[in-house]
Amino acid sequence: MSEILKRVDLIFGEYSDQKYKTLEKTIKRPNDDIIKDILDSGLRGRGGAGFPTAMKWKFTMEQPGDEKYVVCNADEGEPGTFKDREILTQVPRKVFAGMAICGKVIGAKKGYMYLRGEYRFMLPELLKEIDVFNTNAQELDIDFTIEIRMGSGAYICGEESALFESMEGKRGEPRNKPPYPTVSGYLSKPTVINNVETFVNVLMICRIGPVQYKKLGTRDSRGSKVFSVSGDTPIAGIYELELGMPLEKFVEEFGDGDTKAVQVGGASGFCVPRKKFKDTIIGFEGVPTGGSMMIFNSSRSMYNVLHNYLDFFEEESCGQCTPCRVGCQQLRKGIEAVKRGDKPITYLEQLMKLSETMKITAKCGLGQSVANSFSSIVNNFKEEMIY
Amino acid sequence: MAANNNNNNLINELVEKYGRDRTSLMPILQGVVEQNNFISDLNMTEIAKELDLSAAQVFGTATFYSFLDTIPRGRFVIRVCKTITCDMHGKKMIIQTLENLLKIKVGETTQDKKFTLLETNCLGWCHKGPSLLINNDVYSELTAEKVHELIAEYMHK
Ligand SMILES: Cc1cc2nc3c(=O)[nH]c(=O)nc-3n(C[C@H](O)[C@H](O)[C@H](O)COP(=O)(O)O)c2cc1C
Ligand code: SF4
Ligand code: FES
Repeated sequence: MSEILKRVDLIFGEYSDQKYKTLEKTIKRPNDDIIKDILDSGLRGRGGAGFPTAMKWKFTMEQPGDEKYVVCNADEGEPGTFKDREILTQVPRKVFAGMAICGKVIGAKKGYMYLRGEYRFMLPELLKEIDVFNTNAQELDIDFTIEIRMGSGAYICGEESALFESMEGKRGEPRNKPPYPTVSGYLSKPTVINNVETFVNVLMICRIGPVQYKKLGTRDSRGSKVFSVSGDTPIAGIYELELGMPLEKFVEEFGDGDTKAVQVGGASGFCVPRKKFKDTIIGFEGVPTGGSMMIFNSSRSMYNVLHNYLDFFEEESCGQCTPCRVGCQQLRKGIEAVKRGDKPITYLEQLMKLSETMKITAKCGLGQSVANSFSSIVNNFKEEMIY
Repeated sequence: MAANNNNNNLINELVEKYGRDRTSLMPILQGVVEQNNFISDLNMTEIAKELDLSAAQVFGTATFYSFLDTIPRGRFVIRVCKTITCDMHGKKMIIQTLENLLKIKVGETTQDKKFTLLETNCLGWCHKGPSLLINNDVYSELTAEKVHELIAEYMHK
């Protein structure tokens, strides 16, 4: 590994010598101190949107009432992402401990993990680990239990409000926001929902302290990040790296020498062409990512890549709002028509306008983010859309 | 397996296990699929009655989720990932191999009701594509040869 791509061993590092030791230490601390540490650490959510975790917890903590929930988002449906599965396989206890700390801070007695249906094979092992957690929590006198809920093959259920709907036994259709989950989440109660990796980061901040934690990453992107690397690379897999690295270094390390483009952040993320590798930073100050890094070499047709993404969105759209339901379909039909020659090249401009309209009118993040990959692929690879 | 009596027993069992609240609906529907590979209309009305919901509400939820099948499926449901990385790494050839072996097209079920062949979106094994699910089990880094062996193995199950 080159120097700039520092491998980190925070998330996957070993458990502490004694079961749930950090949790035991942390629950004795005042809530405000814990929140302050997380705030100082600069931690931002690892699910993609990058909301400051401390603020989310603080807002929920300040809500009145004693029925609140902690939800761990293990829906991991973004194409090119597989790191949460690895975290839950290797260090599930860190996830559960992070959830329990959240429960103590916000005043919740119940935590749920929403696991995607595609990961049902993991259930037996996870249930065993949950038994271990629940027993330990009891011994430590922590009034917090964890349960698993399964998804059933719907990408949209990774969107937080759709996830709550699904847990409530309904269609996974996103809700209007506000109210946000901090006020009205699962069963309309104040809820903290975080990504699997976010909970592990919290635990590690509680273990090593914010000062040590902040040494990793850059000013805008603190800490390490688990990356899922796939596509045209000889070393596809899961890597924990510091945030804030230049994409150029990433490609040097992971590319096959012939890298044409990298899709950062999955189908709903951005496509970065070769000429922009140098000026692109992976992190919140540049191109944010939930961890998905898909590498394409020059043998790949970017038309096919875009078509594949549009197929994905068209199928996974919940169909609730018109801009997304109709928009995804029209974008796909549109690029097909241009490719066939039935529509002039200028039609691509119209399609890009449509995707921009979706960005401002669609109800949730799915429809809003289609323009990310659409515009970045069409703008950078126009010839490939036509010929 | 299809006898009404048995199905009623299954619904009863699941309702006893998960409760009669609407939040139990997903686990109950998932339980039916685990057992029968699909949720029949009769199952849905039965669940609606038990949970004091309208049959339309149960139908609405069930039909939203791609893994909650509401038409009969084979004993082994094969879902091949068709998202980009698997597509780049030979998904088409995997589908062709499966179609030839099973003598069905994507979306169909074999005559003996043993296999259903479907496509699905990213399974979370992109670094080891192409990949597929057979019921809950994942198979990755597939080749035509591996698919032959896999199907031979499942033929005997
Ligand atoms: C269509 C869509 C799918 C999403 N899928 C996931 C997911 O699989 N896992 C996840 O953690 N967040 C996902 N999110 C983001 C969640 O809505 C939410 O922001 C996140 O779980 C918050 O956790 P964090 O603050 O720890 O990142 C998705 C968002 C959208 C719009
Ligand atoms: S943007 Fe798409 S997924 Fe989101 S609510 Fe609208 S139709 Fe559903
Ligand atoms: S693209 Fe097939 S598993 Fe992700």
